Amino acid sequence: MLRFIESVGRLTTATCMKTWDVVSLFFQTIFWLIAGPFKKKAVRRQSIFAQMVFAGIQSMVIVFFVAFFTGIVIAMQSAYQLSKLGATVYVAGLVSVSMCRELGPVLTSLVIAGRVGAAITAEIGTMRVSEQIEALEAMALNPIRFLVVPRFLALAVMLPCLAALGDLFGIFGGYLVGVFNLNIDPNLYIDTTFRFLEAKDIMTGIFKSFIFGMIIALIASYQGLNTKGGAEGVGKATTVSVVTSFILIILADVVMTGIFYFSKM
Amino acid sequence: MQKEVIVKVENVIRKFGSRTILNGINLEIFRGETFVIMGGSGCGKSTLLRHMIGALKPDSGKISMFGKDLTTLSEDEMDVIRKKFGISFQSSALLDSLTVGENVSLPLREHTRLDKSVIDIVIKMKLELVGLRGFENLLPSQLSGGMRKRVGLARAISLDPEIVFYDEPTAGLDPIVGGVIDKLILDLSQKLSITSVVVTHDMNSVFRIADRIAMLYEGRVVEVGTKDEIRNTKNELVRQFVSGSPDGPVSFFQQKDDYLEQLTK
Repeated sequence: MLRFIESVGRLTTATCMKTWDVVSLFFQTIFWLIAGPFKKKAVRRQSIFAQMVFAGIQSMVIVFFVAFFTGIVIAMQSAYQLSKLGATVYVAGLVSVSMCRELGPVLTSLVIAGRVGAAITAEIGTMRVSEQIEALEAMALNPIRFLVVPRFLALAVMLPCLAALGDLFGIFGGYLVGVFNLNIDPNLYIDTTFRFLEAKDIMTGIFKSFIFGMIIALIASYQGLNTKGGAEGVGKATTVSVVTSFILIILADVVMTGIFYFSKM
Repeated sequence: MQKEVIVKVENVIRKFGSRTILNGINLEIFRGETFVIMGGSGCGKSTLLRHMIGALKPDSGKISMFGKDLTTLSEDEMDVIRKKFGISFQSSALLDSLTVGENVSLPLREHTRLDKSVIDIVIKMKLELVGLRGFENLLPSQLSGGMRKRVGLARAISLDPEIVFYDEPTAGLDPIVGGVIDKLILDLSQKLSITSVVVTHDMNSVFRIADRIAMLYEGRVVEVGTKDEIRNTKNELVRQFVSGSPDGPVSFFQQKDDYLEQLTK
């Protein structure tokens, strides 16, 4: 029993320490982002663009597939239920609101955590175990400025863009089901889509994905920088990075949804 | 003439957990000399090197370079020092996302305001010094181990440092490439009067390049001297190491007595 309490205590301490480390990584990243240009050590533009292309543009295909088919599935599932009430036209509203509020941002972020987050951890982790991070430090190049800031910036900017695209792809998928399978008039479908959709739905979704982007970048970089023990260590760090990102994204989603839609403010 | 001390290590103690890796190290390295630190695997020589470049902090003791105590410097002050020395890593630690030319020019692009055309000339000069001019556009993964080491060396000297640290410069290379690297180290110290600090256990290399040699054993400096002093030493430990004899005060088998006991248990 005592051993159990001991291990719970040890786990709690370790978790708190790690949380603090990630928070301090966040502040250092923000510091370099803002103070970098003034210290004549701005982050190189090319590496930011390279990261943006990798994280954003090259992720469009997978985001398209995930969001598009999710839109189709929601339309089909809700059509089955709504047809019992004779209200199939409301499929349009249901698809658009659920895509924009939740599924677009969250699914996109989960996909990106798997695709980009894992890549970031594996790359930085390999650099750590092959002395490359040490080499950077010995050349007076701060690894946070050099490696973390471009990735952080790229994800924080590109994930909202991808989420917005995901919203569109999903709505498009729903539209195809509505028009070609449920025989709803195309104009009526589009009209219903916009009647139910509010600006707040889209805005909160985009804002969420902005936060998710920062979470993915920070967790992935943190795990990468703290990789230990060769190839096996890189594998472990990558797994932990993706799993932690998934959990934190869902957790942050719950908190933000609570604040946006259920608080009495 | 009074020799100028450029690196000074005083009473450095470092423990990892319960193991004492460095147990009161004292060394003085003079400007312009080639100083070799030799010792068996795991005797703490790489750890000592990491302390000298400020990558690790000692538990107690003082390390100074250019008369400044590294253990008390802030990160910004440390960066100033870091630009005045170069380090060639055991695994060469080139950034594998950058080409050879970009690797060598990285410190120049980050720390100087030189024009691109000037930097291009400097890259060619540095690569010529290590015999690899014309390889600018290859990636590190396309080079052999010896070539990577030489590129790492070119990068270490790209900012015209006053000191270059070498971690096992000839380990894992064939004798000819090893000889080429040794000649490079000699050339650099003679032509550019760079102070060299070399960590190695390659005895051929030691007697080719060293001005002075320090022998490390179990976290202590057991002897410091010139080549001849080391060759003709009375210290059994050093003699055994130099001749590579399996018998002597340094025992390879750590627990002889309980061997039988362990086998028959």
